[in-house]
Amino acid sequence: MAELKYDKKTGRLLFTKQMKREGYMILMPNMAPIHFRILRSVFQGYGYNCELLETTGPEIAQTGLKYVHNDTCYPALLVIGQFINALQSGKYDVHKTALMMTQTGGGCRASNYIYLLRKALKKAGFAFVPVISLSFGMEKNSGFALTLPLIRRFVGGLVYGDQLMLLSNQTKPYEVNKGETMELVMRWSDKVSKMLLDGRGYTLEEVDENLHKLTKDFSKIELNRVPKVKVGIVGEIYVKYSKMANNGLEDFLAEQGCEVCLPGLMGFASFKVDNRIEDYKMFGGNRLKYEFCKKLLDYVTSLETLMIESAERFNFVPPHKYSHTKELVKGVIGYGSKMGEGWLLTAEMLELAETGYENIVCTQPFGCLPNHINGKGAIRKIKEIKPNANIVTIDYDPGAPKVNQENRIKLMLAVGKEELKKKIEAEAAQSAEA
Amino acid sequence: MKLGLDIGSTTIKCVVLDDENKLIYKTYERHLSQITDKIAEILNRVRGEIKGIEHCPVALSGSAGMGVAQDCGIDFVQEVYATRVAANTFIPGTDVVIELGGEDAKILFLTNGLEVRMNGTCAGGTGAFIDQMATLLNVPLEEMDDLAKQYEKTYTIASRCGVFAKTDIQPLLNQGARKADIAESIFNAVVSQTVAGLAQGREIEGQIVYLGGPLTFMSELRNCFDRTLKTKGICPDNSLYYVAAGAALCAEEVIDFDEVIKNVKNYRGSGNFAFNSPLFESEAEYEAFTVRHAKANVTQQELKGYSGKAYIGMDAGSTTVKGVVLNESGELLHSKYLPSKGNPVEIIKAFLEEVYAINPELDVVSSAVTGYGEDIIKNAFDVDYGIVETIAHFTAAKYFMPDVEFIIDIGGQDIKCFKIHNGAIDNIFLNEACSSGCGSFLQTFANALGYEIEEFSKLGLFAKRPVDLGSRCTVFMNSSVKQAQKDGATIEDISAGLSLSVVKNALYKVIRASSPDELGKRIVVQGGTFLNDAVLRAFEMEMGAQVVRPNIAGLMGAYGAALYAKRKSKGEGKSKLANADDLSHFVHEIKVTNCGLCNNNCRLTVNSFGGGRRFIAGNRCERPITKKAPSSDMNMYDYKLKLINSYQPIEGIRGKLGIPMGLNMYELYPFWYRFFTELKFEVHHSPASSRKLYQRGQQTIPSDTVCFPAKLMHGHVQTLIDSGMENIFYPCLSYNFDERLGDNHYNCPVVAYYPEVIRNNMKDVRKINFIKEYLGIHRPKDFPKKAYERLSFYFPDLTLNEVRVAAKRAYEEYDAYMEKVRRKGDEIIERAEKEGKKIFVLAGRPYHIDPEINHGIDKLIAGFNVAIVSEDVVSPRVDAFRTHVLNQWTYHSRLYAAAKYVTTRKDMELVQLVSFGCGVDAITTDEVREILEEKNKIYTQIKIDEITNLGAVKIRIRSLLAAIDND
Repeated sequence: MAELKYDKKTGRLLFTKQMKREGYMILMPNMAPIHFRILRSVFQGYGYNCELLETTGPEIAQTGLKYVHNDTCYPALLVIGQFINALQSGKYDVHKTALMMTQTGGGCRASNYIYLLRKALKKAGFAFVPVISLSFGMEKNSGFALTLPLIRRFVGGLVYGDQLMLLSNQTKPYEVNKGETMELVMRWSDKVSKMLLDGRGYTLEEVDENLHKLTKDFSKIELNRVPKVKVGIVGEIYVKYSKMANNGLEDFLAEQGCEVCLPGLMGFASFKVDNRIEDYKMFGGNRLKYEFCKKLLDYVTSLETLMIESAERFNFVPPHKYSHTKELVKGVIGYGSKMGEGWLLTAEMLELAETGYENIVCTQPFGCLPNHINGKGAIRKIKEIKPNANIVTIDYDPGAPKVNQENRIKLMLAVGKEELKKKIEAEAAQSAEA
Repeated sequence: MKLGLDIGSTTIKCVVLDDENKLIYKTYERHLSQITDKIAEILNRVRGEIKGIEHCPVALSGSAGMGVAQDCGIDFVQEVYATRVAANTFIPGTDVVIELGGEDAKILFLTNGLEVRMNGTCAGGTGAFIDQMATLLNVPLEEMDDLAKQYEKTYTIASRCGVFAKTDIQPLLNQGARKADIAESIFNAVVSQTVAGLAQGREIEGQIVYLGGPLTFMSELRNCFDRTLKTKGICPDNSLYYVAAGAALCAEEVIDFDEVIKNVKNYRGSGNFAFNSPLFESEAEYEAFTVRHAKANVTQQELKGYSGKAYIGMDAGSTTVKGVVLNESGELLHSKYLPSKGNPVEIIKAFLEEVYAINPELDVVSSAVTGYGEDIIKNAFDVDYGIVETIAHFTAAKYFMPDVEFIIDIGGQDIKCFKIHNGAIDNIFLNEACSSGCGSFLQTFANALGYEIEEFSKLGLFAKRPVDLGSRCTVFMNSSVKQAQKDGATIEDISAGLSLSVVKNALYKVIRASSPDELGKRIVVQGGTFLNDAVLRAFEMEMGAQVVRPNIAGLMGAYGAALYAKRKSKGEGKSKLANADDLSHFVHEIKVTNCGLCNNNCRLTVNSFGGGRRFIAGNRCERPITKKAPSSDMNMYDYKLKLINSYQPIEGIRGKLGIPMGLNMYELYPFWYRFFTELKFEVHHSPASSRKLYQRGQQTIPSDTVCFPAKLMHGHVQTLIDSGMENIFYPCLSYNFDERLGDNHYNCPVVAYYPEVIRNNMKDVRKINFIKEYLGIHRPKDFPKKAYERLSFYFPDLTLNEVRVAAKRAYEEYDAYMEKVRRKGDEIIERAEKEGKKIFVLAGRPYHIDPEINHGIDKLIAGFNVAIVSEDVVSPRVDAFRTHVLNQWTYHSRLYAAAKYVTTRKDMELVQLVSFGCGVDAITTDEVREILEEKNKIYTQIKIDEITNLGAVKIRIRSLLAAIDND
């Protein structure tokens, strides 16, 4: 067993080189299934022994409630509950296990999750389990480093994940041969995972080539394009993607016969980098950091361009272009509103309404602070700009019954269906005239 | 013909429309949660009565019908959508529909951009809420309306949540407020909830239609809506049947009646629900349990003919009143446990009369009273002692277990628990924000399901699969219970599940314990709810410990009071408690009036008991009683408020500029005042917050779960606009000043960006210059240039040089302000040291000095003869230190630092004010508690909201003071 070492200044338990060498199992929450499977292999490629937690069930929230302040946001309850539940399950050698959690920084409560996790670990008797912060420089560990090459592979993984999610959402509801889309998703995520594991597939050229092939494969899926209600999902990042948090929102919408669009993680990544640029412009600061972030954003943008081009080449609705999304929110919410999903959340709703996904579910944990501003607080304005936007906000927490949430979504869908019917009738009338 | 069904949360409605959409058949029945049987019954009946209906299209709507519809082959129509279709068909020209149902409230905007709103995770202000309130008032639902019509005055009752409202109403009842006034106030709360919660910034105007049960049956409720909306809405014929009719209008599929009835009858839901292990595996296990608990026992003796010394203890609780008579050895001579029915005075009078009737010669040596109604009972009957509940319960618990470590009392509406440390009450937990998981909650459910509480809870003892209902609000629990029923849970499973959730709520929501070890091994449980074996068992299972439940668990408050009276009197003298003769002349009159001695303008209830004895309730300070203003020279909150108001506008050539006085402005006002005054603006701030001011902006609040201080901002901005300000300055500030106490210096997201919400939701800000620029006051070097860039957009004649000078002055003013605050704080501390006074650090945020936000809690505490300072006075006295959380918000860093400082002083205590809905405080409260408890200091938290029950605050403060005294 590796020696437990603590940070001198903060007293935090470190993840050491020795731990890595000894093959500590690093557990990660599975926020977005398609993405995280791919990202796992990036870490594996660097010699980390990691596993995604796939557990679900009411006991996870219960465990969370037991160890975390009950008024803390739902994602924290779930993620921490899931970790502790895993440690208690007996499935892992707890003395050779570490936990990994993202830490985005910023003025939202989310930056504190990692601290809450440590508090909870202590309460549950797992104070010896190290926690690795997946962040840009917030906490350092000798056994884990976000090096530039790793970051490039990581971002490459995000690109593939986003593209697979985007395309599958556009084919799955219409596929003639049931299951074909998901099979292709699995095939491609295996393929790119293998590449990233081997340290390939992340340069611009490789990404371009892979995206082309991947998108082409999706374009070959046989579709039956019946008109469907198109629904966009936005919200707090964990609740938006995680099936466990949003009570299987995507599946529910699929059952209701909808096509779903979830804006990707790349937009969020761009947003987080861009925040530092905007902060500099707004308040002043370190010029070098500013220049670095601009370079980084340029890099992310060039990847984004590849995604858009490949999607357009095969007639898919392309992913949002970050610069355009940002333009849309001008005059609605200031670029300084950066906590949580910040102005991006508002901007995504505008973008969805513009690209035909005017029926929108805005998801958030109960009492989410930034969403008071950018979600619920901005809807009135969005409706002014895009009168066609049909938005429902849904709060998630351990006590919110699924049936109430679904009922509210159904209301939104009923209006969406009515609009769709009108549109079809109008089109029919037009073609009859012609 | 078309048939439509509407399955609501409590009722089922069915209509048949003919081909002209005329209603030719209708029925409205309660389903008592037997949804499927009722559907089958109604379908069978309709088939018998309406010829040919079997060949007509059928659709089903309603929140409770979703699952059934899907699985039984009937088309489902979302109910709000159905309402909309019906309204458009039957009342064309309708602009807005307001519909209240059993558990939901909806507003539909039909014209000028269709919008549909329904209540989200909160069901305050719905039919279920009115039901609950009627139970609380102890009047049949039908009488509520008639009662309300006779109102004379109204009280402010929290409109967000039924639970909050309950805590507001209970004290009113205990203080003797008129039921008619309360009924009307409840209706107003419903209106306020609907308007504030659902309109979300959109005006309700034009032709308004009222639908649904409560609005159909209660004309006064409609009047309340009319008055608030300044309109006259209509309640059409068949207003109960709009959803059903809408479903019928949408119906397209013809169903096979036989098939559907068969399906419905066989419908069992998914059969999947989360469940816990059974409470008892066998009868034998239960038997052993009962035997074990029978040991904690108080002996009963005969009151009749008893000639020794006697002691009387009374507990006027929130929903029940308890009284005991003890003999010299603490044995029970007589006891009574009765529902308070909203008037504890009458019940206590009857209790005493009964005691005197049984034993007219009784020698009462001393008496004491505790509980919510302590003050009124003490005054009404000349009780010798009044003691705080916590002390009463502790006294009683010690009798059964002298070395008790932990006491938990679950009563009708409240949970009280406290840890005992070195023989003194150490840590107190009270449920302030939430009463789910209490006795009245179980009772409500039992009644709703058609059982008596005793019978209902027994059902759960041997349940095979107790439903896992989690631990949240009563209303959510309602829906969860229904869901579980649909999924096949039996009534036994639900009963056991509810008992478990009572316990979980107490443990994880109120105490926030993670393991039994934390609470100690020596536990006494009490309160009426624990007489329920299922709850007791659930508690032991969840805790993994065996506990003591005295056989008088429900009487412990009164028993403790009697023991206290016995101890205090030392067995000597004669009680001044009203005797039989006094009782025969007893009168009780109630008058309601406004205090008017300060701007709080408390609504007072004056109780007169004859012979000049009076009791005033509803007051926040002692002023209406003593006629003297509370001393404010040792109250930092008072000082700060006066200081911030001392900045007077100075005429300037650039015109008027208004600043809303709320949130961070309570501290940054000196900065901005100086900045803009130097720039030659006449700087005004909005007037003091008040209920009226709040209501002026209430309609424009988009998120009903945001904290109250943020909600108030809407009123402040509206007031500024109405007063003719051309410029309103309310900047977005991601960062606050860096006071070098933490890792970063953010503002919380709400404080940082609330100006965005104001701009996007208040249409009147478009009429003026609303300046909500992002500014960086945390970088004094960059600030002038950046501020100049932003502001020149609005005021092109500004020069950079001017701004530089103004900025310099602004920083100086801010520093001077903070210095003044600190100096005054030091002065208060010094004086307190000299006078040997306790010092309370009332820790919160700058905006907690707003009396509309703190509800006069500072004055209340000052009334206990302690000095009050704020967190920013003591936070500079410590150096930055390591916390167990990311210490990244300026205001919150102060909290940690203040807590740390308090631990170094014996004469200081910290009381933290927490605004309901403050997400950040979910993190700070635990950390502040840890810092304090590490050094054996008591942590006290007070949750405040729109309305705050000062009674509960008083209990906390008194218990805290009692605990310190015991040290």
